[in-house]
Amino acid sequence: MIQAQRFERIPERTVDDWRGRVEGALRARVHLLSLFGRRDGDEVLVTALLQRDDGAVEVERARVAALGYASLTPQFPALHIFERELHEQTGLSIHGHPWCRPVRFEGAARGSHDRHPFHVVAGKEVHEVAVGPIHAGVIEPGAFRFMCLGETVHHLEICLGYQHRGVEALLLRRDVRSLGPLVESVAGDTSVGHAWAYSAAIEALTGQPASPNESLRRAILLEFERVGMHLATLAGVAADVGFLQGAATFGRLRTTVINTIQRLCGSRFGRGAIRPGSTRATLDGFAGTGPTTGLSLPEVHANLTLVERDLQTVEDLFTSARTVRHRLEGVGSVSPALAEAIGLVGPVARAAAAHRDLRVRGPAAYDPPVGLATRSEGDCWGRTLVRLDELQHSLTWLRSAFERAPHWTTSRVSIGALTPSALVVALVEGLRGEIVHALETDGDGRLVHYKVQDPSLRNWLGLALAVRDNEISDFPICNKTFDLSYCGNDL
Amino acid sequence: MSILLHGALILVLCPLVVGLLGRTKALWTGRRGPPLLQLVFDLHRLLRKRAVFSDVTTFVFRLSPYLVLASALTAVAVVPVLGVRAPAAFPLDFVWFAYVAGLGRMALMLGALDTGSSFEGMGASREATFGALLEPALFAVMGAMCLKTGVSSFGSALLLEARGGGGIVWGASIVALFIGVQVESARMPVDDPTTHLELTMVHEVMILDHSGPELAALQAAAALKLTVALGLVATLLNPLVGRAPTSVVVSANVAMTGLLAVFLGTVESLVARLKLRVVPQYIVVAFAAASAALLATTLRGSAP
Repeated sequence: MIQAQRFERIPERTVDDWRGRVEGALRARVHLLSLFGRRDGDEVLVTALLQRDDGAVEVERARVAALGYASLTPQFPALHIFERELHEQTGLSIHGHPWCRPVRFEGAARGSHDRHPFHVVAGKEVHEVAVGPIHAGVIEPGAFRFMCLGETVHHLEICLGYQHRGVEALLLRRDVRSLGPLVESVAGDTSVGHAWAYSAAIEALTGQPASPNESLRRAILLEFERVGMHLATLAGVAADVGFLQGAATFGRLRTTVINTIQRLCGSRFGRGAIRPGSTRATLDGFAGTGPTTGLSLPEVHANLTLVERDLQTVEDLFTSARTVRHRLEGVGSVSPALAEAIGLVGPVARAAAAHRDLRVRGPAAYDPPVGLATRSEGDCWGRTLVRLDELQHSLTWLRSAFERAPHWTTSRVSIGALTPSALVVALVEGLRGEIVHALETDGDGRLVHYKVQDPSLRNWLGLALAVRDNEISDFPICNKTFDLSYCGNDL
Repeated sequence: MSILLHGALILVLCPLVVGLLGRTKALWTGRRGPPLLQLVFDLHRLLRKRAVFSDVTTFVFRLSPYLVLASALTAVAVVPVLGVRAPAAFPLDFVWFAYVAGLGRMALMLGALDTGSSFEGMGASREATFGALLEPALFAVMGAMCLKTGVSSFGSALLLEARGGGGIVWGASIVALFIGVQVESARMPVDDPTTHLELTMVHEVMILDHSGPELAALQAAAALKLTVALGLVATLLNPLVGRAPTSVVVSANVAMTGLLAVFLGTVESLVARLKLRVVPQYIVVAFAAASAALLATTLRGSAP
């Protein structure tokens, strides 16, 4: 149900050796999960996490002098954001990076967003449209600059980092067992996903893995979160194309779903539900240690029935409306080849023919199994349909998970000492794709590095490329169908 | 019918048309919706507010809302909105109307450009495109009606049915005018009045920087334009025009205007917005219908 792999005694390779091994793996189309580094004296430890086809994670580590190394991005564009981040966080020189721009304005550059080196396009027909960083809908901040030829977007440049809170540094400052509230606010709508990854990582570091019953209950929370947030996204898509019935109904169903989460665990966003060693979500009839929730199993099924029934109606209306289809089809296309090259993950990648879903295959696969949603269109229509399919699969899965009758008693395992000199990689398929948490301890069992990676980080470039040669008036629906997290990127 | 009564009736009708539209949309989405007189409350609220002007704007920005309102008010005087002769009807009044409306459109666009905002510039550019496409459709419709009835003013709409125009000319004119209503009053599927996305807006984005009384003027103008346009379509549809006492005709026309508002709201609830690239094609449908009406006048000999 969850993948949290522990590594000890990781070999430190020379730069050339490391580069060769990573290159070889990427050529063989091994999936790169993450690439990050941390300073160790004058040198930088660069770590690449690769996931083989069978789901096993491999760690490739190099000790790099401040001189840096030759960028891998020109050959493998998917690495561009990781190498930019690596340069920004550790000061390492990445030679030959084609686009080494700030990710979050770290260190001395912090707060200097107004000096973002936007590309300049010149010409008689060219005009620029600057959107943000304060968004009209008072959502999260991000600056978008469109270089347009009339109504057509020639290039979009996205400057993020306005919400940079220094999450990774904050995580090292507190007690490693009480990071839950912080981790849950990495990306507020993915609270459950990040909390589960964190808890599973800590449990793997202390050698106290969660029981299958507990993992099943966590997965139930995660799927409720996915259903709730996908409904919110679909409500947004319907509103953005001006399809009122969809906007009203998807939004109403989302309320039912997140209210169900609240009655399971006390928070509509599942906050406080998952902690290392415990899962505080309960149903009536399981008199655990927590107070009564007033939610019984029949009520859960009744809520699921309501959502399934109304979803069916509005989905039919939405997908059969020719104007909706006409508005979304062929807009904001990302071809499967491009999606793979730039390393898109999650539903956005699955809308472009990718089959990667940690819940479906590999060590973290669900039991009972969950269906895979994938389309080949790669456009706004495909992304919308993938979300609708995932909703159906998740609702079906929730039914079968409740039939397994997990025991809803709040139990608590006290967390022991962390294994010294170990690296743990925890992977969760969140609602936007793979969430990667990598935690490393030193020789005394203290945390020395906490790498948080929200799927949005890798997907923002996909949005920028999807709107090229599209109409600028279609940007909002591209943005909504990608539905990426700003704060998950900004950390 | 006296000018005052005519004007007063339209002013009363105005918030009701907007209210009915809002209610219809709310009902289709399973909500209760705003009160029928919400427009009046909104205008009252805005009139009590102070306007905020950006430093970069000039008098053009401040003047434009009132020019827009003035052009909408003059339209009330010449269009036979209530199914009876308009108080200020005169020969070739529709030509005058088209260019007074054009003046309002230009004022709105200049006001938008005056803010220096790229959003508003795009909105103005879209408005100019749509306006330029719509104008020939209006003239073709009027031309068809004038040829059919032999009256060269808006008054021809009152006589169209009586002079045997119940066929193609009548039907095609109604289609053209209804699309005209959607374009001119920025309704779906041409423009989305409820969207919050500046990049997709046309009319809404141009009034984005206005506030207080100026915004009230723009909203009142938009409501007037909508009412006048729907009233004209109602006049064409009203079977009682010229066949019943004035009071009956007017009541029927007011009721039909309300029904048209409900119809417009229903259309708006059931379709998504068109791609911006396709909107001009939709407006060309209006022109095609108008051309069909014009051509149809030659079929069986027009009136003298």
